[in-house]
Amino acid sequence: MRELFYNQAIKEALAEEMRKDSSVVLWGLDIGPYGGANGATKGLYEEFGPERVIDMPISELAYVGMGVGAAATGLRPVIELQFSDWITLASEMIINQAAKMRYMFGGIMEIPMVVRAPIGGYLSAGPQHSNCFESMFSFVPGIKVVTPSTPYAAKGLLKSAIRDNNVVLFFEHKKLYGLRGEVPETEYTIPLGQAEIKRTGKDVTIVTYAYMVHLCISAAEKLAQENIDVEIIDLQTVDPLDEKTILKSVEKTGHLVIVQETWPDCSISSEICARIAGHGLYYLDAPIVRVTAEDVPIPFSPVLEEFVLPSESKIINGVKRALSS
Amino acid sequence: MDIPKIKLKLMYEKMIKIRYFEEHVRDLFAAGELPGFVHLYLGQEAIAAGVCTTLRDNDYITSTHRGHGHIIAKGGDLNKIMAELYGKSTGYNKGKGGSMHIAWPLLGILGANGIVGAGLPIAIGAAFSSKYLKSDQVTVCFFGDGASNEGMFHESLNIASAFNLPVVFVCENNLYAVGTRQSEVRKVEDIAARAGAYGMPGVVVDGNDVIAVYEVTKEAVERARTGDGPTLIEGKTYRWRPHFEGEPDTYRPREEVEAWMSRDPIARFRDLLINQNIFTDNELDEINREILAEIRDAIQFARNSPLPAPEEALQDLWA
Repeated sequence: MRELFYNQAIKEALAEEMRKDSSVVLWGLDIGPYGGANGATKGLYEEFGPERVIDMPISELAYVGMGVGAAATGLRPVIELQFSDWITLASEMIINQAAKMRYMFGGIMEIPMVVRAPIGGYLSAGPQHSNCFESMFSFVPGIKVVTPSTPYAAKGLLKSAIRDNNVVLFFEHKKLYGLRGEVPETEYTIPLGQAEIKRTGKDVTIVTYAYMVHLCISAAEKLAQENIDVEIIDLQTVDPLDEKTILKSVEKTGHLVIVQETWPDCSISSEICARIAGHGLYYLDAPIVRVTAEDVPIPFSPVLEEFVLPSESKIINGVKRALSS
Repeated sequence: MDIPKIKLKLMYEKMIKIRYFEEHVRDLFAAGELPGFVHLYLGQEAIAAGVCTTLRDNDYITSTHRGHGHIIAKGGDLNKIMAELYGKSTGYNKGKGGSMHIAWPLLGILGANGIVGAGLPIAIGAAFSSKYLKSDQVTVCFFGDGASNEGMFHESLNIASAFNLPVVFVCENNLYAVGTRQSEVRKVEDIAARAGAYGMPGVVVDGNDVIAVYEVTKEAVERARTGDGPTLIEGKTYRWRPHFEGEPDTYRPREEVEAWMSRDPIARFRDLLINQNIFTDNELDEINREILAEIRDAIQFARNSPLPAPEEALQDLWA
């Protein structure tokens, strides 16, 4: 099967949906001739022109809000934020407007809008360019939040996100843009809200998402050499959570480790803990272990960033902690 | 004045509808019949009526927290607006939104809004849609003097002019944002002066002169409709009531309020219609009577309507 880079897979999803549906339009910073800061829109301006691939001024609040208005009036905008860290500027339009409009208008309107943005660290990009804010928006009713871990997932999930008639935040990981992976040439989509078991195992369940999936897979290979058999669940969508898949796995293994790149408090991992405590407490043979970032902004110097962020060895230690208590 | 008589009648009807509707809401609210909060449009009728009389049914508007006037002037059904204020299931939003969130896209009403200034980015999005779909629809964006200090005002005007969007920005400058006199927090007196900073025409108009509002807006709407881009209109006006019903209006001098109320936009328009022999006193009184009956019917409709079933609170989140 042919291989694509993650950013090429994203571009292909955009191109296919734009060819299929003329109501799909793109805008963001530098996405036109520049091809996007991460190359995810490279070639789209040449194929679809300036009417459908539009470079915006640095006005995240207004241009995301413009997406809300366009989505409310017949279009399907797929809006890029150059760094997800700047989603804070557009939060008003996402949280108070897009997420609520259908509901508070009594169901009379749909807001089929996608906001794509790169998350994550491990690049010494510093505290304001390394954030993962998926937890903040998962908190709000009316938004779906997606975190693809591979080129295959990126293409399949993005197509589903574009076809979804709701507000979808599509968080791509910066470290993954250059990852190559198999992507079929035939048409496919991946449903939102469905996790994927990346590795079956019987001793411990790891639930994770985005870039951490790859660290967990490496950690699992090392743990296998010590006869620890790890099951890895890649959430793919963090909101809504695929609770069923998680519970089924924890019932089997009795041990849960949640691996999350970002801060622990009030996060996706906290939500999973709450769900297991409520619906699967007696499946557990040991307390849940979380491997997350330290509760500080992500620092710049590589040695500091390494200390703060999860690593393969921290994941291995986390699994062993889960099994030893 | 070469405005067709039918348009003048429409403007008058819209103003009277708004006036009577809001006066009744004021009294219903004081009597404890309406939950939550209401922000009344009394005194500003000439802007909603003058602007919306230039628009087609399928032109878009975005509105504000003080939006009853806009929604009525755009053709909103009085029964459904009143029922929404009562929180009934027969309201436009099935009781989910209330006064500040009434929307009915079938009349181009993309929503009143509880966030000051939030209608501006949404309006440029609607304008983008029309331009992209080549539909020649125009979007009118209502907002107040307070909103003109929000970042989203500046960002939206910049994008509107940069992309030549078919949008007309209508600022209702009533001199106060809640309890803050705008002259204390904004150096520039005329908000329309900000238009030049964004490369679009800016027009100041007497917001209590419905004919002037109509004429200025008509020109701006035609400009937008023919692809010549956005305009910023600033209507100088005044709200007769406090920011919300129940608020102690201690921050506005009594003489100022009374001076503005004595320059009633409806009385002024009525005088003009009679002096120019367009309508007689009797004809206008007849219109008043008919509209009063409609308002009373709307209140009965709302009172008699059922409340939503509580479990409906869980519906309508997802498409």
